[in-house]
This record gives sequence, C-alpha cells and structure tokens, in this order.
Amino acid sequence: MPVRLSMTVNGKPVSADIEPRLLLVDFIRDTLRLTGTHIGCDTAQCGACTIHLNGNAVKSCNMLALQAQGAQVATIEGVAKPDGTMHPMQAAFRDHHGLQCGFCTPGMVMSALDLVKRHPNPSEETIRAELDGNLCRCTGYHNIVKAVQAGAKA
Amino acid sequence: MHSFNYHKASTVADAAAKIAASSDGKLLAGGQTLIAAMKMRLAAPADLVDLGGIADLRGIKVDGGNIVIGAMTTHAEVAASKDVQKAIPALTVLAGSIGDRMVRNMGTLGGSVANNDPAADYPAALVALGATVVTNKRKVAADQFFTGMYETALEAGEIITSVSFPVPKRAGYMKFKNPASRYAMVGVFVAETAGGARVAVTGAGPSVFRQAEMEKALGKSFSPDAVAGIKVPSGELNTDIHASAEYRAHLVSVMAKRAVEQALAGK
Repeated sequence: MPVRLSMTVNGKPVSADIEPRLLLVDFIRDTLRLTGTHIGCDTAQCGACTIHLNGNAVKSCNMLALQAQGAQVATIEGVAKPDGTMHPMQAAFRDHHGLQCGFCTPGMVMSALDLVKRHPNPSEETIRAELDGNLCRCTGYHNIVKAVQAGAKA
Repeated sequence: MHSFNYHKASTVADAAAKIAASSDGKLLAGGQTLIAAMKMRLAAPADLVDLGGIADLRGIKVDGGNIVIGAMTTHAEVAASKDVQKAIPALTVLAGSIGDRMVRNMGTLGGSVANNDPAADYPAALVALGATVVTNKRKVAADQFFTGMYETALEAGEIITSVSFPVPKRAGYMKFKNPASRYAMVGVFVAETAGGARVAVTGAGPSVFRQAEMEKALGKSFSPDAVAGIKVPSGELNTDIHASAEYRAHLVSVMAKRAVEQALAGK
C-alpha cells in the first residue's frame, strides 16, 4: 500500500506516494530524477550512492526512502551554486584530476564534504581512513586524496 | 526486496503494540544489516516496525559508575561522545571502527546487539565490560544475552531500549578487519573491571565468547606478555574463505596482546 513520503532535498520540499520497499537511492534517481547519485555495487560497499541525511553522509542504497521521512537530504546536485559555479571541493577534484571514469566521484565528493566538516585540515592518513567506505574501481585514490586535501583548504 | 507493511512507531510502547499485532514482523533500527538482507531476500518480514522516530531511544547518559547508551544511538554518535571517551575510551575505538563512516551514521548499538552477528564488534564490548542489556520488559546480563550465532535471549517482540556499561578501570579493543566488509575476522575486548579481568572474543567463533585462560593470566598481571604466549584451541572456531580456524586462533592471541597494550596506553 503506498505511503506518503515528504522530505527536503537540496533545500526544496518534495513529496510522493511510494511503496514502503522503495530505497532512498531509487527515490532520488527515479522519482526525483536526480541521477547524479549513483548505484555502484548496490550492496553498501562502494559508496557511489552517498548522500547527506540531516548533514551526515549515508549510503542511500542501504536504507528505505521512508527512513528519510521529514529529513533534510543533500545530493551532489545541491553542492554547486545555482549559477553552476562549482563548490571548492568539486573544483579541487577537477584541478587535481581526482577522477578517472568519474563514476565514484559524486559519492567521493559527498563523503569528502562530511569529512572536512569534522576534520577541517585533514592529514593524508585521516583522508584515507575516512574514505574507506568509498571505492574507486579505477584505483585513482592518490589524486582523490590530493583533491580532498586541497578542497579542505579552499 | 519483497513488499511489506511499514509502521512507524512513536514510542517504545507503540512499537511493542505494533510488533505484537504483526504475524511476521521485524523491528527496523538503523537497517544496515536488515535492509541489505531484505534486498537479497534473505529476510522478508511481512511487517516492518521502524524505531527511527522514537527520541527516547537515543542518547548517552552518565549514571554513577555506568555509561548508559540508548539503543538507537548511532555508532558515529558513540565514537564522537566526550562522555564515553572520558569513561571508556576503548568503546569509542570500537564504535569508530565499525563498517565505514556512512554505516556508522546509520547503524545503531541496539541493532548490532539484537542481530548478534558472529563478527559484530559490540557483543565483545558488552561481554568484556559485563554490561546489562535493558529491554522494554527486563534487564539481561551480557553473559546471558548472546546465546548463539545470530541468537540472543530476546523474546519475540521484545525491544532493547538501552545498554548500561559499567566503567572499568581500563579497557582495550583490537580487531583484525576483513578488508572488504570491515567486520572483525577476530576482535578482542579486554577489560580490567571491579570483578576482575575479562576477555571477550568476537569474529572467531559462532558467537562472542570469553577466554578464561587469558582472564586468569590478566588477573595475575595485566600486561601484554601475560596473554601473548597463550595458545587458543582452534577446535570450535570458524573456518571460511577469509581465514582458517587455526589462523583465527593465532589472531586471538595477537589481538589480545595489542588490546592490553591499548588499555595500558589509556586511549
């Protein structure tokens, strides 16, 4: 039986009647058509689906959309300014070539933003430890770490 | 995922009534294991009662010589708690080592304890610290709570509300992580408590267990050398694609030694 779901996504109120089994990532991608959030592994390992739930990074493929009832959700689409100017963290990923195929990048950026909130000036060791829930199948970690370090300072 | 009826509980009593009214219901805490299991159709409850909206189940209190943590408190909240850090730093180490950052932001103490995964971290802390599991019906000592692989003393529909951890003199937790899942291949929690030294091992057997020989040795001398030489029998331990029982037995001694070192360093 459909259930009414309401939340705020990237500052805008949204609501829909959904099936309880709908995952948050599918609500974001299919219902809201915000396809910047990716589904990589679908088993909560890779972190490509990372979004912010009330300010905290979570894996949107491993939770029900209903678990975000009434919450503040932020996706990669809400990170840049409305005029398209990239967030300093996004710019740092571009400048430091912190992506190869780019599939993991939205999740990496969302995790990086959560990380620098708690560690404003993170060491390489901290970044590597904190990003252990985000996998890059291109194995481009070296430049991702550089990008996060630069993005934290910007 | 199979379809189910979703119920959001507003209070513990409401949750208890809703789970009692369902024929094949499950309680949803953070869902970091349950949702994954439902996606793979390993679990297919007819009713799901979400505890996420019950404010009373969240939070950390200092209560005399105990740290009382609400069942719906996330691992990230425990890891960042100044009160826990001050009283039982090993517990912040443990909570901060579960899964990854995103899992810790959703996963909860109560969910982990109720699930009793053989490789979960929290059961080791509860048993080594002699914690008490508080439910909506009673209080259960950790030694009596974890009864077997994914099995606990919880009755059908019984809801964990908090866990009370007596503050030890010192404690340490060390685990050898599976690099992919980050579950403990072996995790050892050591504690010097008012009732003597206690050692609990997770990840190695079907369920968390105490290591009596190590407890005796640490009771005489709480030092890394006291446990480093103790050979743990591998007979009852797990063998899987990640490690043999013999390797796990070896890891128990190594992790115990490092956990004691951490306890003595006091951080």
